[in-house]
Amino acid sequence: MEQQTGHSQSVPLHTLLPHQRGIITDLSGGHGLLSRMATLGFTPGAEVTMVQNFGHGPLIVLIRGARVALGRGEASKVYVRPLNDV
Amino acid sequence: MSEKAHTVALAGQPNVGKSTLFNLLTGMNQHVGNWPGKTIEQKVGSFTCNGNLYRLVDLPGTYSLTANSVEEIIARDFIIKERPDVVVVLLDAATLEHNLYLVAELLPLPAPVIVALNMMDVAEQEGLKIEPEVLEAALGVRVVPMIATKNVGTRELVAAIDQVVHNTDQYAPKRPEIRADHQQVLEEIEALIAGYVPEAYPQDWVALKLMEGDREITRLVREQMDSERWEKVHQVLRAHDDALVAVASGRYEWIGRMVRAAVTRPVAGQIGLTERIDRWAAHPLWGLVILAVILGLAFWLTYSIGTPLQGWLDSAVVGGLARLLSSLLASAPLWLQGLITDGAIGGVGTVITFLPILIIFFAILGLLEDTGYMARAAYVMDRFMHLMGLHGKSFLPLFLGFGCNVPAVMGTRVIESRRARLLTIMLAPLIPCAARMTVVAFLAPAFFGRAAALVSWGLVLLNLIVLALAGVVLNRTVFKGERAAFIMELPLYHAPNGRTIGLAVWQHCLAFLKKAGSIILAISILVWALSVLPSGDLDSSILASIGHFLEPLGRLMGFDWRLMVALLTSLVAKENSIATLGVLFGAGEQAGLPELMAANFALPTGLAFLVVQMLFIPCAASVAVIRQEAGSWQWALFNVALLLGISLAAGALTYRLAGLL
Repeated sequence: MEQQTGHSQSVPLHTLLPHQRGIITDLSGGHGLLSRMATLGFTPGAEVTMVQNFGHGPLIVLIRGARVALGRGEASKVYVRPLNDV
Repeated sequence: MSEKAHTVALAGQPNVGKSTLFNLLTGMNQHVGNWPGKTIEQKVGSFTCNGNLYRLVDLPGTYSLTANSVEEIIARDFIIKERPDVVVVLLDAATLEHNLYLVAELLPLPAPVIVALNMMDVAEQEGLKIEPEVLEAALGVRVVPMIATKNVGTRELVAAIDQVVHNTDQYAPKRPEIRADHQQVLEEIEALIAGYVPEAYPQDWVALKLMEGDREITRLVREQMDSERWEKVHQVLRAHDDALVAVASGRYEWIGRMVRAAVTRPVAGQIGLTERIDRWAAHPLWGLVILAVILGLAFWLTYSIGTPLQGWLDSAVVGGLARLLSSLLASAPLWLQGLITDGAIGGVGTVITFLPILIIFFAILGLLEDTGYMARAAYVMDRFMHLMGLHGKSFLPLFLGFGCNVPAVMGTRVIESRRARLLTIMLAPLIPCAARMTVVAFLAPAFFGRAAALVSWGLVLLNLIVLALAGVVLNRTVFKGERAAFIMELPLYHAPNGRTIGLAVWQHCLAFLKKAGSIILAISILVWALSVLPSGDLDSSILASIGHFLEPLGRLMGFDWRLMVALLTSLVAKENSIATLGVLFGAGEQAGLPELMAANFALPTGLAFLVVQMLFIPCAASVAVIRQEAGSWQWALFNVALLLGISLAAGALTYRLAGLL
């Protein structure tokens, strides 16, 4: 189904453009942040869709059927393999 | 109903309609208190079914049961230690996957679980098709679809509770399992801790929590064993430091299997209501404009309804009460008349006149929270709050402070992190409230004539700058530590429930009257006593002596003893300084107070007085709620000291600088 467009490199989540989707490959960060992220569904293998990203300020992503707002700093600790171009 | 009540715990993530369901089930049979030893609100109520009495305990809203927050510890300790007969977990059907995470955490615990699937209407509106029977079969626990705001499914839920409690042997849930690649580690840990697990805790659950790096459980287990054995456990854990993520992914894999059959998602490209609203409401520019309009409306409501009502209460109700009592006490000794009419009624009046503003603010706050808008306000303001080490969620409580600092301090309840909440409480009194603006509006024209509006605006700006600076400094000193990560779910928009909002307003006001009321009353009587003792005359009272005693300090800011006394009486309520000055200067028919003030004091003194007034110690009501919300006098006193220091320093600085002009 997915059109592989040659993206094999993981990129930080905040670099995804609106409507771009990706699969989470890795998470970094302290224990507390990791625990909160994992609880909200940010785990390796999960698909995320960027909903809002204006290049500055916090972001909104769609993950596991819910909209989650997160800061850019937090998003930079999530690595994703992009699925599509926009 | 001779038999003992069964205990039902109500669990759920924040914003899933827990309060609405709690109110539906218990009606007015509820009691609001605090969890033992904690400052977190605990609601307990009761209901009956088939002649059986049920005690319903509302657990704090939590996303998981790992020791990330006090709420999470309270919720799981209650389930493990108090062993409720059943745990009802309320889920938002529209974000089922996220919500099932809590179910995955609850199932390994000893209490039977019933899933209440709320907001079925919102899910439908977003294009989701959910089959509760399929989910029920997959989970192996009762699943009751509901629309709590429309009272749909409540009866079925109560029947399910009654049935599960009386047939516990039939309870056979399908529990989630850990990811296959970590199964062995889990078994290894279980073998090591066998026999060393504190009583009441299930062993496999403890092993799982150790793998997740749960601080509380790690501490508990460590206390149970000698250091040699702990070292072995520790080694296994260290070799698998990715276990936290593995455990969470295991739960989500399980959730994936649960929802696969039960949920049909909308075709890609279909845009839900929430998405359409958020294109505007969460936009970095339009979001701010919308927020500004909403807040503008909130102020307009407060000033056009709340303030006149406050004035009416003050003159008609409080004034009437004072007249009535003084006529009844006509033959009583003078001191008693004074104590009742000036001291006690003055205090009661302050408490009562706060109510209209509190009701309006809490209703607006409740409405914004209940529709799901609040999360968007936090989102668009996040950038600005970063400077103070806070994030978006602190913005709304602070903003409420422009009306009155009391709801601002109480409004900090929406902030989950204790550190961020305390910091917000400490900063809230720096927001100039309506009462302080009244004093400024009254005195500024006398000193500054046409420039009064500009000066008032400058004073507000000064407060905001001081607030930002205090925030930056406190964040790096007293509140040092990791800034809570900004990551939160944006709930779907849904219609608000009047009953839920009404009850929340009622409970907030009741809490204010009960706790803050008595403190305000005590302080009012104290200040009144100091102002009349020993001779009955303010000019020669103890308060005046204190004012004279403080005059050397006042001179730094260009104040005489009368201005110091005015500041002291503003502790009861900010607008009191005007009344006090009126008495001290004998303002009356021939010359109004502003003119007398301007004639008595030079411009630097006037400006310094306004600056100090704007930044001075929070009023009695604010101090009372700071104590109530921060949970200790220590923080309330810290705040008083902080504001005292800031205001006096700013006053002295203003006096010097203005003197140079």
